Amino acid sequence: MTPIVELKQICFTYPGAEKPVLDHLDLTLNPGDRIGLMAPNGSGKTTLLHTIMGLCRPQSGSIRLFGAPMREEKQFSPVRPRLGLLFQDSDDQLFCPTVLDDVAFGPLNLGASRQGARQTARQVLERLGIAGFENRVTHRLSGGQKRLVALAAVLAMSPEMLLLDEPTSGLDTQVKQTLSDILTGLDISYFIISHEFDFIDTVTDRIFSMEKGRILSDEQIHVHAHEHVHKHGQHPHHHK
Amino acid sequence: MDNPFESGTSFLHGLDPRIRIMCAVFLSFAAALSHYPQVAGAYLILGMGLVRLGRISWQNLKPRVKPLLWFLVMIWIFLPLTFSQEIIANIGGLNLSMAGIRLSIMITLKSLAIVLMFTALIATMPMASLGKAMHQLHVPDKLVFLLLMTYRYVFVIQEEYLRLLRAARFRGFSPGTNLHSYRTYAYLAGMLFVRASMRARRVHQAMLCRGFDRRFYTLDVYSPNRWNLLFFIAMLGAGFGITLIDMLWMYS
Repeated sequence: MTPIVELKQICFTYPGAEKPVLDHLDLTLNPGDRIGLMAPNGSGKTTLLHTIMGLCRPQSGSIRLFGAPMREEKQFSPVRPRLGLLFQDSDDQLFCPTVLDDVAFGPLNLGASRQGARQTARQVLERLGIAGFENRVTHRLSGGQKRLVALAAVLAMSPEMLLLDEPTSGLDTQVKQTLSDILTGLDISYFIISHEFDFIDTVTDRIFSMEKGRILSDEQIHVHAHEHVHKHGQHPHHHK
Repeated sequence: MDNPFESGTSFLHGLDPRIRIMCAVFLSFAAALSHYPQVAGAYLILGMGLVRLGRISWQNLKPRVKPLLWFLVMIWIFLPLTFSQEIIANIGGLNLSMAGIRLSIMITLKSLAIVLMFTALIATMPMASLGKAMHQLHVPDKLVFLLLMTYRYVFVIQEEYLRLLRAARFRGFSPGTNLHSYRTYAYLAGMLFVRASMRARRVHQAMLCRGFDRRFYTLDVYSPNRWNLLFFIAMLGAGFGITLIDMLWMYS
């Protein structure tokens, strides 16, 4: 089975920063994986997702997507639609005047006909339970509605894996519940970054963490319900 | 910044946006190029008729016309006093000129007529339809998307501005006429530019993730309406008719 994402020894330092955000990072995501990544803010989670998508080029290390090595824009652009990245701020993602336009943007770019794109968009909106939204103006939607529409826009391209960047940030409990119902009902693999333990625990099978620019897999950490993760958590310990 | 006109159900709202854009552009040029106050007055009446046809209430129209009225007040204060021909009175050393008054009347009539026509014909459609119609009329894509993106993100930028301003207020900032206030506003503006350009980068990245290849596609289809052609012919006729009267008058 070819891994969907394979990062090896990735290093990335922001210009002017002292420490690298990603430091010899390894990560493999296979088809069928439902993995969550919990880590504090500023630990390079968004940089990691952008590295996978080729929006952020590491200084060293190798990226393979669907088994093929990725080095330049030419190689990234055809595989990007196969990975659906949901941005942290939905306003970054929804730029078309109406919801239907926005959801159809991906399929149209992929060469669908107008009719086909419209149909795909409608189906996805219906699947997410927001079929009534298609003619709404995107900037007038609430935060939760925007998030669902952004997810619809990503799903409309039928990606093989979803990369979700803090999908629950700024959402109320009800929308969080809707989102977790949608995710658990999907039959595609995903990688979620979040710092909400309850959410990530419900929708994923494994939880990773990130420390000093590297990924710690669930064998190396133990996640427990008091909402923080760290190394050697399975051993008896106490907090000061 | 919301548009109160776009959600109406009048006759004008049902017309094809392309027809409305073409009529608005044609009539505005015709009005702007007219030579006589009577002719400009005819366009103003046409504009009022269109506003009525679009069932636009005075209540909603007022905020649109108000800034224009202030501009016109300025014109009326300065223009009649700055011409040296056809002096009709001398008030305390200032010459009141008939030519200046005539020019002020023309500017008043023409600008009101154009604002009313644009409000009735263009402001009664959602921005999305305007963009699509412009695209169909072969306005360059870059311009159309510049317009749509500006409209989409102006609200986001406004929100960011308000957030920054609120944060400043919470820390005891109260604007006044002093260097500290000016500097604070300059910082706010600078921060807004930085944020806007960062957002532009993220929007572009998000577009790349969805297969954007520098080409734009649209989903638009309009339902045909037999009134479209009739309205277009009527407006074209009105415009040409009034222009013809204007020309004949000038050369007679």
